[in-house]
Amino acid sequence: MTIPKGKLVAIMGGSGCGKTTLLRLIGGQLKPSSGQVKVAGQVVGDLDREALYALRRKMSMLFQFGALFTDMSVFDNIAFQLREHTELPEDMIRDLVLMKLNAVGLRGTAKLYPAELSGGMARRVALARAVALDPELIMYDEPFAGLDPISLAAVGNTIRRLNDTLGATSIVVTHDVIESLQIVDYLYFVADGKIVGHGTPDDIRASTEPFVKQFVHAEMDGPVPFHYPAAQYADDLGLPLEKKSRGAA
Amino acid sequence: MIEPIRGLGARGIETIWRGGAMARFFWLVLVQSGMSFRRLSLTVREIYFAGVMSLVIIMVSGLFVGMVLGLQGFETLQKYGAEETMGVLVALSLVRELGPVVTALLFASRAGSAITAEIGLMKATEQLKAMDMMAIDPVARVVAPRFWAGVISMPILAALFSAMGIFGGYIVAVALVGIDPGVFWANMQSAVDFRYDILNGIIKSIAFGIAVSIIATFEGFDADPTAEGVSRATTRTVVTSALTVLAIDLILTAFMIRGL
Amino acid sequence: MDRKTIDLWVGIFLLLGFGALLFLALKVGNLGSERTGALYTVEARFENIGGLKLKAPVKSSGVLVGRVTDIRLDPEKFQAVATLSIDKRFEFPKDTGASILTSGLLGEVYIGLDAGGDDKKLAQGDRIKITQSAVVLERLIGQFMFNRAAEGPDKK
Repeated sequence: MTIPKGKLVAIMGGSGCGKTTLLRLIGGQLKPSSGQVKVAGQVVGDLDREALYALRRKMSMLFQFGALFTDMSVFDNIAFQLREHTELPEDMIRDLVLMKLNAVGLRGTAKLYPAELSGGMARRVALARAVALDPELIMYDEPFAGLDPISLAAVGNTIRRLNDTLGATSIVVTHDVIESLQIVDYLYFVADGKIVGHGTPDDIRASTEPFVKQFVHAEMDGPVPFHYPAAQYADDLGLPLEKKSRGAA
Repeated sequence: MIEPIRGLGARGIETIWRGGAMARFFWLVLVQSGMSFRRLSLTVREIYFAGVMSLVIIMVSGLFVGMVLGLQGFETLQKYGAEETMGVLVALSLVRELGPVVTALLFASRAGSAITAEIGLMKATEQLKAMDMMAIDPVARVVAPRFWAGVISMPILAALFSAMGIFGGYIVAVALVGIDPGVFWANMQSAVDFRYDILNGIIKSIAFGIAVSIIATFEGFDADPTAEGVSRATTRTVVTSALTVLAIDLILTAFMIRGL
Repeated sequence: MDRKTIDLWVGIFLLLGFGALLFLALKVGNLGSERTGALYTVEARFENIGGLKLKAPVKSSGVLVGRVTDIRLDPEKFQAVATLSIDKRFEFPKDTGASILTSGLLGEVYIGLDAGGDDKKLAQGDRIKITQSAVVLERLIGQFMFNRAAEGPDKK
């Protein structure tokens, strides 16, 4: 799997198929047990702390539930990295933060605390924080999960817009097919730790690959079974076996 | 028959494992402490939450403990006609033992549990991971300032506790029992040695500060990232801190007495 | 919470702590009253030191002039050797006597110095020659009974 520079790529798959793990691998929070992940030519798993932190300054990640710092105001949340990593004067930080907030349309919330924001607003603030340092690689972990359609569209548009204006590479991990088909440049489908299909949104819509087809058209049963592997239904309910055999006889 | 023994073994291994993990964590915190002092405002902020916020409970408890010590001491000393030495009794029990120990126990339940809950919650909501992804070490940015704030706050709180307690004892002795204030202070001064009694008390409270702070931060950092995990970690902070403080107290007291 | 407010409170907190420590050191402890100024040490030998302890006060006419800093047993003469550290401001004649006394019936044991009339003064490392051992209650009672028994027949 390669993710070209400057593109917006979606990685899709059912719940629990290892999408988040993939992001962790790219970010260096986990070390791969086999294989390797290369970012900008460097093998992430082999880097020492210093090099890893140097690399991470060029990437950022939007966590599933925003992960805003609850003890800071929205303003301080976005200013956090600027203050930690740069020596910029405070009035410059102020301007930068307000610009980032304006980009997600939430300049008015600067003084609020994360607890006072709705889920969609918090996600957008987290988005503004993720791009605070103009990263080259942005990873989004389930950016659409749990949002109402309006917030969802807002977040989706913002992701697309930020990708284009910053010239950054974006990886979106999601299972929201409809939204991602609208905004991304390329998609990968993952199941059981393997890539089962990939292509541009148009390829995917036309795909006949059973897994992709099931996913895109939201069919209940298919290569991904509805039932979790289990014992015979009748056994679990405790129906006596003799009855069954008698019935068969 | 086998099962309880197996359970005991599992518990023992778990305890030793946690001890080792905590020691490694302690080392990590020490290594990452640079930022706590380079950017002192981080630590000052945590001193506010750990120390200043505990001020009221510590001072009020100290006053009450001192008064109770005065009343109980009076009961017993009166039988030997030695009420005048009440100041000695109150001061020595506070400065040597009760001040550091009770302060540490109160601190663990007031500030320690709050630190655990705060860090645990930051972990549960992925704030620590987010920070790590921003190339900012959460141990340096979040844990170390809280640790040092605890270590700095504890001796101060213990001294305040002892001072308030002695003041409480003074109120009982002078206002209630009618001991001459001059005699009260003079007996106390001749019996309390700065090096042996007061300094040893301060050493104890610093040791307790280190223990409680590292337990509180470790439990938070190690908590399962769920609501249940955080609440369990908070309980564990209070229990482990209490046991550790009392164990350290026994060891330190044994050393200090032998040094006589 | 505003940064300035936090700074102010932490400042107050530190001042309070410093005040409490000062209070403990000066008012409760003996840091202020006891000048750890210049001292000189002299030795005194006793047959029996009774309940004398380290750091017991050394008093002259009831005034604190020093403390007992060492107690050991001379293994040859089987005498107790007490080292007294005395404040340099107080000089005592060579023939000063030392006795082990008790303040009150249950009070603390201390060493009392009774100044003599010699022109020469005690110096660092000197030995106090005139000493009086502790009064051991059991022996006192024994002596008293013995005397009574000796007196007994005369009176009757």
